Parts: sequence; structure tokens; C-alpha cells
Amino acid sequence: MRYTVTLAETGETYPCGETENLLEGMLRLGKKGIPVGCRGGGCGVCKIEVVSGNITTKVMSRDHVSEEDQAAGRVLACRAFPASDITLRVIGLMKKNVCRTKTQALAA
Amino acid sequence: MALRGVLRLGEVAIRVLDMAEARQHYGDRMGLHEVMEDAKGQVYYKAWDEHDHHSIVLRQTDRAGMDYFAFKVFDDATLDSLEKRIKAFGLAVEHIDAGVYPKSGRRIQCVLPSGHTMQLYAHKEQIGNSLGYRNPGTTPDEGVIRGFRINRLDHALLGGINIDENAKFFTEVLDFNMSEKLIDHDSGATLVVFLSCSIKPHDIAFVLQPEANKFHHVSFLLESAHDVIKAADMIGKYRIPVDVGPNRHGITRGATIYYYDPSGNRNEVFAEGYIYYPDTPTIVWDTSELGNAVFAQDNVVRASFLEVLT
Repeated sequence: MRYTVTLAETGETYPCGETENLLEGMLRLGKKGIPVGCRGGGCGVCKIEVVSGNITTKVMSRDHVSEEDQAAGRVLACRAFPASDITLRVIGLMKKNVCRTKTQALAA
Repeated sequence: MALRGVLRLGEVAIRVLDMAEARQHYGDRMGLHEVMEDAKGQVYYKAWDEHDHHSIVLRQTDRAGMDYFAFKVFDDATLDSLEKRIKAFGLAVEHIDAGVYPKSGRRIQCVLPSGHTMQLYAHKEQIGNSLGYRNPGTTPDEGVIRGFRINRLDHALLGGINIDENAKFFTEVLDFNMSEKLIDHDSGATLVVFLSCSIKPHDIAFVLQPEANKFHHVSFLLESAHDVIKAADMIGKYRIPVDVGPNRHGITRGATIYYYDPSGNRNEVFAEGYIYYPDTPTIVWDTSELGNAVFAQDNVVRASFLEVLT
């Protein structure tokens, strides 16, 4: 099953399969400079907030995702899988790169 | 043989989020030998050419990172003498009885200025490298050297605060030498210190971080730079997340590849470098040549390498 993931800040979308984590899909957007971290739920750089939609998750380090975070949909993209269409906000270290539009990148 | 005092990094205790995934990584993929699982479910590994019972301990919990690291020292008298010197330096020393840690003699433990927990021990059961000690030959049976073909645990890089104070502790108290350091070009502030207790370019290193007690990587020695490339082939085949593909460090001159375990803890396999003697002046690198200092084949600094720790 493939779902559509929407980035709340920029309106961009990408397809993401249910067995593919949200970070893998985001990487296919081809944005330069996304600081991909450990991809194992340990380092916290790919933290996102799910604004709408359902996800499933694998275990993540409590240093970066508290129980309250998890309940509120604040998770690590590398350990989260879509179970419906998703809208998400990027809140981790990668935010500045993901939310940079092409226009901003050209102007910089 | 003149090498006495602190001998080597003998044990690193790594926290993992999922033991089944970790076992596949450290055992099946990297080829370390699982030697024991204890009553608490902690899993113990050795590399083939190590003589001591184990060098890596995995503990499943809800946070990635490192619990502690431990150096093996030459004998009990060394342990006693270092305890006095550690206390004189101003760090509290905790005693751990023999047997508390499996296969291990008594240990002493302290918390470093960087926030890391360090242990010292003089005895650990030795189970050998499979070749024996009389007419051992050169080559173990098929299947002993396997996976990434790791010879042994080599060093760790840890992130934390007060790294100048750590360097002072290791050089003045534990008789290490500073082989190399990386400083900020403008301010002269110390960013990374490389500390040797042997003829290796480093046995332990500390990188300045805003937070105490962080883990950057644990590193394993391979036989050759060719083996680093063959490990990279396996890393690609099994989709193991790579931080930095095959390259060579300016600092230490090791041929390297960095990758992550399934819990996000960084590992390195490396080969080559130089032989360090304690009368060699400290090599200093500054951030005007940061790319060359860190990855000397393309001179590119990776943000992830500086910012991703567990």
C-alpha cells in the first residue's frame, strides 16, 4: 500500500509505501543537505510531528522521543511508517534544509 | 617489552534498542563471535584475534549510546597505583568486586570530566584466538575470520564537555600521550583530542560537544585497506546505513568506513595508519584544514560526522 505524505510547511508531497519509513520517502525529494543521521532511531536529527494521519513505529531512543512526544505524534522519521495519507512537520535538526524551498535555495 | 600501565581499550558496553537486530548486525554481519548471554539478556562478543573473553557488551534498553568503556591494565599493582592517582586528581573512585562483571576481576570506576563512565581492570578470563599458544600456526579454521574480517576492538571516540580536562587526566594520571589534536583556527579552542597509551595513533579520543557523555563511535581494526573495501561491499549488500563511505583520515592516517548499527550507534572499521612512539611531538590540525584533517581523500567535511551522536 502506498500513501501520500505532505510537508505542512511547503505543501510538497511524496509517495511512501507502508513498509518504507518516512525518511526514505523524504530523501527521494532530492533536497540537498538533509542531514541524514543514524537511520536507526538513535540520534534524533530526523524528528517530525505528524499533524494528521496514522503511522506505525519501531522502537526509538527515549533520549529523543519521550512518551508524551510519541503520544502527540512527535517521532523520528526513520522509524515511522505510514498507515494512511500523512501530513507532517519537520521539527528536528533537518528542518532548515527540508523546509527550504527552491526559491529560497536559489536566493541564498 | 616496555608496555606497562594501561594496556588497551578492553571493553565497550553499548546500548541497543532491539537485541535481535543488534545480534544480526554485530554477529552475522560484522562477524564478531558471540561468546555469552547473561541472565539479564546482555550479549557478549569478541573479535577473533582477541585473547580475552569479550570486548563488546550489548544491553537492550530504550536509549541508544554507551553505558561505559573499560581499559585493561597490566596487573593488580597498576590498578592500586592508578586508584591513588585518580583520587589525587580529584575524581571519586568506585570499587567493583571481582565477578560482578562476568569473567572479570575487580574493577575500579570513575566518571570523567566529559561525563563518561570509565572502568579499569587487570584480569579477564582469556579464551584465546582459537590457534593455541604452542606451535599455533598462522591461520584459524574456516569461519573464524568472517563477516567484516575484524581482528580486534581498537579505539573509541566519545563526545562530551571539558575535553581539555579529560586530556589532562589521561596524560597526567593514566600516562597516555596526546598524539594529535584538532583545534579551532581562530580561537585555538580544542575540538578533538587523540590519546595513546600504546604504539597506536589513538586508543581513545574525545570530541567537544555541548552535552556530556555522548557516544561518537567504536572502532575495529581490519587487516588491510583492501579489507575496508570488502567490508564496504558487505555494508552495501546488507543495506547497513553508511555515515561516510571508504576514505582516509588525515588525523591518524587510517583507511576508514563509518556506518551505524540498527540502533543508530556509529561503528568504524579501519586499517593502516602509523606507529606512534611517545617521544613524537603532538601533531596539531586546525579548522582551516578541517576537510583534510577528517577525510583526506576528498577533503569534504560531513555535517553528520560532527553532529550525529548517540
